[in-house]
Amino acid sequence: MSDNIFDVSLLDEDATLERLRERLSATAEPAGLLDVAYRTLDTPVGTLLLAATPVGLVRVAFDIEDHDTVLARLADQLSPRILRSPARLDPVARQIDEYFAKRRTDFDVAVDLSLTDGFRRSVIEHLRDIDYGRRESYAQVAAAIGSPRAVRAVGSACAHNPLPVVIPCHRVVRSDGSTGQYVGGPLAKSVLLDLEAA
Amino acid sequence: MKVQPFEEVVTRHGATVLRVCRAVLGPLNAADAEDAWSDTFLSALRAYPDLPADANVEAWLVTIAHRRALDVGRARSRRPIPTDTLPERADAGADPAARDPDLWTALYRLPDKQRHAVAYHHIAGLPFAEVAVILGNSPDAARRAAADGIKTLRKHWTKDQSS
Repeated sequence: MSDNIFDVSLLDEDATLERLRERLSATAEPAGLLDVAYRTLDTPVGTLLLAATPVGLVRVAFDIEDHDTVLARLADQLSPRILRSPARLDPVARQIDEYFAKRRTDFDVAVDLSLTDGFRRSVIEHLRDIDYGRRESYAQVAAAIGSPRAVRAVGSACAHNPLPVVIPCHRVVRSDGSTGQYVGGPLAKSVLLDLEAA
Repeated sequence: MKVQPFEEVVTRHGATVLRVCRAVLGPLNAADAEDAWSDTFLSALRAYPDLPADANVEAWLVTIAHRRALDVGRARSRRPIPTDTLPERADAGADPAARDPDLWTALYRLPDKQRHAVAYHHIAGLPFAEVAVILGNSPDAARRAAADGIKTLRKHWTKDQSS
């Protein structure tokens, strides 16, 4: 008998751990210990990471942002009390599914904008008023928030939108009509614009 | 150094803590081991933001699990004592000793100090210096307790295998 006799996993271990993890997030939330809940969702623009605080949806992230990196940054910026907890994100996930199925044109979810502030936050707030299927140029957004010369800064604010897809920074395009850059990559931006135009 | 999301801690150490809880509380008490696991991670989640960045997370968790398992064990001792034989249930999900019931039963029959020393050193992989802190003895005493425990287990296990 060697020292590693206990090293082979027990038959029921994975299933038990899965159940215990669900129980942990279910008890952590009412105890006020679940500061950030998250889940992933497969969509036509890749797997999205959805994260929420008790206030509301706080972060949506694309694959190319690297979900582990995003979660590590949330641990740093908000709280390390982070657990995968699909249940809390189910309503948001359902609405995003409906959006991609063209059964929904706006999102009715509580949001937490604590990851953005100052000028960028005023840009993000304005983006929420750009309706489904409409487009604005970076210059129009800059003018709308009273800083007509801050066109580049608007682009930067869009690139740092903590809630892409749900807060529609994809509806901001270049003045010449080309789609421009996007936090989820230019292809994802085209997919979203085409979906809304169809 | 940055603090990891707690989900990472559960992923990395969840299985070890479950085995430790099962080893300490015995194969007859799957529900108790699960309660101890839940209590351990809920306590850990509460204290996690204050954990020093350079702390040994596994030793910290096993220390919490040790206390929580003792709590659960004490609560159990006020309930009727289960029989000494393994229940003959078809429900594998409820049987924590599905792989090798004899070994886990033999482990559970060891004296407390030996069982704890084996669990924290051989199952959790903590060095004897850390095991000694948890058990409140010296590293040498922890090493001896684990060695005695393994010696007894070896005897039982060999006998079971040959029978």
